[in-house]
Amino acid sequence: MYGKGILKGLGVTLKRFIDTYLDDISWWMQGKKRYYTTEGVAHRSSKNTRGIFTVQYPEEQLIQPEEFRYIPFLIHDGDDKKDIRCTSCGICAKVCPPQCIWIVRTNDPQTGKPVPQPAEFYIDMDICMNCGFCAEYCPFDAIKMDHDFAIASYERNVYNLEKLLKPASYYAEIRPLNYNKEEEARKAKEAAKAAKASAAATATPAA
Amino acid sequence: MTAPDSTTTIDLVARFPDFVTADARPGFSGFIVKKENLVEVATTLRDEFGFDLLSNVTGVDYLADNKMEVVYHLHRTTGGPGLVIKVQVERVDPVEVPSLIDVWAGADFQEREAWDLMGIKFIGHPDLRRILMWEGFEGHPLRKDYKEAFFEEEVKPFKSRWPDGKHTYAEFKNPFRDNLKFPEGFDPDKYAPQSEDDLYFSLERSSMKKEEGDLNTDHIVVNMGPHHPSTHGVLRVAVELDGETITSLKPVMGYLHRNHDKIGERNTYLQIIPYTDRLDYFNSMANNFGYVTTVEKLMNIPVAERAEYIRVIMAELSRVQNHLIFIGMLINDLGSMYTPSLYAFEERELILDIFEAVSGARMMCNYFRFGGVVRDIPEDAMQKIKDLVFDRLQAKTDEMERFLNENEVLVARLQGVHVLNAEEAIHHSVTGPVLRAAGVPYDLRRADPYSVYDRFDFDVAVRYNGDMYDNYLIRFDEIRQSLRILEQALKQIPEGPINSQKPQYQVRVPAGEAYGRIESPKGELGFYVVSNGKPNPYRYHVRAPSFVNLTAVETMCKGVKIADFVALLAMLDIVMGEVDR
Repeated sequence: MYGKGILKGLGVTLKRFIDTYLDDISWWMQGKKRYYTTEGVAHRSSKNTRGIFTVQYPEEQLIQPEEFRYIPFLIHDGDDKKDIRCTSCGICAKVCPPQCIWIVRTNDPQTGKPVPQPAEFYIDMDICMNCGFCAEYCPFDAIKMDHDFAIASYERNVYNLEKLLKPASYYAEIRPLNYNKEEEARKAKEAAKAAKASAAATATPAA
Repeated sequence: MTAPDSTTTIDLVARFPDFVTADARPGFSGFIVKKENLVEVATTLRDEFGFDLLSNVTGVDYLADNKMEVVYHLHRTTGGPGLVIKVQVERVDPVEVPSLIDVWAGADFQEREAWDLMGIKFIGHPDLRRILMWEGFEGHPLRKDYKEAFFEEEVKPFKSRWPDGKHTYAEFKNPFRDNLKFPEGFDPDKYAPQSEDDLYFSLERSSMKKEEGDLNTDHIVVNMGPHHPSTHGVLRVAVELDGETITSLKPVMGYLHRNHDKIGERNTYLQIIPYTDRLDYFNSMANNFGYVTTVEKLMNIPVAERAEYIRVIMAELSRVQNHLIFIGMLINDLGSMYTPSLYAFEERELILDIFEAVSGARMMCNYFRFGGVVRDIPEDAMQKIKDLVFDRLQAKTDEMERFLNENEVLVARLQGVHVLNAEEAIHHSVTGPVLRAAGVPYDLRRADPYSVYDRFDFDVAVRYNGDMYDNYLIRFDEIRQSLRILEQALKQIPEGPINSQKPQYQVRVPAGEAYGRIESPKGELGFYVVSNGKPNPYRYHVRAPSFVNLTAVETMCKGVKIADFVALLAMLDIVMGEVDR
């Protein structure tokens, strides 16, 4: 019969249409909210989703996976922005593909030798391509990729040290797994160092 | 690393002792042919040795040796390793080399590109115009002595960034001072842009002859694009029409050109990876795959076992979503807006969620590294991949087929509209699903296996009619084969490290050359990299499948109705990020 294929296809659309409301109804019967809840969004981006699964941005947002990356930020420990992890070694500036990181190294005013602290640090966010190399290759876990993607502004976005610095607690919040892993590695390293030092201390008098 | 030394199988020097020598430079392979005998050697290779597919044509500028080299990569559509032939000529302006367009029509656009970017003049090419840069552009940007506007340094990292990196805007350094080149006698007041007569005269006018008794009609030239909803981006096509029938057409491209090759040569090896994401932006995983495979070949390093499987999983997921989008967009181009394409986008959305969880970005994944991948697949993402592959995608592909395949309007539109037959496709260097729909079972995953594809049980999808309907159906076949590979890969994936190398931001690449190729969803994606042992590649070239496949568009569309042209173009599945580079 001519037109059978079209009817078959229309059957698919009809099924989709009905499916869209089936989940809504079953969630409503169970007394759960399918919209504007994390649970609802998670269900709508799982394999079980049926029909239309639009996420109503900005009222609701897709759940960001931990590894989601957008523009880098610098980490400081403690509450005030003094204890900066960055040592201005320059690896991030060297590895950056679009070369959007600019660092001024601090020199000791008396000796003129470099001090492990950046005097100035700029990232041109208009040029940044969010590749994440800086965070990946930083040996001090000092620069990390952010989750905050809503940075539209009327001005150009050249971030300075003041704007780049965020506390380690923020990092722990957005990337808990990575944070814990790094903290453990750091503690293990410190413990090994301490053990070595104490071993050296006990070994010296014996010798 | 799976490919053995590609030249050991054939002794071309014995066949042509007078004008062929083996390339003896360490790290290089292939044969150097005298330019006077190039066409003869090429014809022999095609007819006697069976190298029917011209994969890649490009040039290398050896400024220090005052030499210009043209490199040809030849392959057999029956599979197996390829053959490299090179022509070396003295570096004058312009360099002249005979064109191979009569031997392989697939040389057409690639030779035009080499002319445009390197200034190599191919004698005998019928239509040697610029292709990516605009007419009237001064200079050839891929030559080693060319410096672009805002030029800062030969190679990255730039010294101005550290340790004394005060931020400045590039445009504040007066761009009109010394990094801008004018042709001699250039007067900005008298400048008028060059007309596009060359383009319009390149359209064939031979069919203007009229039979006696015909109405006195004239042909009309129509420009489709660059802003046209059905040209998949900023492709422009100059079409000459006789009524509604296409008599001749020429694609015009370069509106999205950013000289990816030159950017690559300024970058370090690692820095290129995120730039490859931006080639075919639907399949950044596949682009990463091609590039890292090539550099690994050059570095001669192994890839971690688990990483190989992760790579295959990502590449195949990418293929599934690419083909779904292809189907959706094809239906869009046929005039049925939105419903099928949005159904396709739903599954793509779920796959992109996986990419995001794994790599951190939905489209610009930047996930592969030399020797492995960035990070292991997180547990929840792994679960989601399994959920999708085992429980969802198969059913959704069935649904899509139920939805469209028997639709009478669609079938009437697609069936019997000729795309390409096997000879035409091979002659024009067309690869990928279009070639396979024409009856040539040429899939690099089988023909020249890379990574761990030789461990999986799958069939090369192939169909034989070469019409639009076959081209459409073969995408479903490929999705099914990809799902088969995915199922096996997910079952076989071993535990272990995900990178064989220590993470390092500057890799050591020994001097030499490598041509790596993978089966991207759109065809053969090739990378040609020449290293001189420095941290930056000396030459970096992308053989983009969309770009080369476009060579055949004129052959495909001659004599068809303009309405079918839109659908035929959709069949090639082009992405302008890759065509224009």
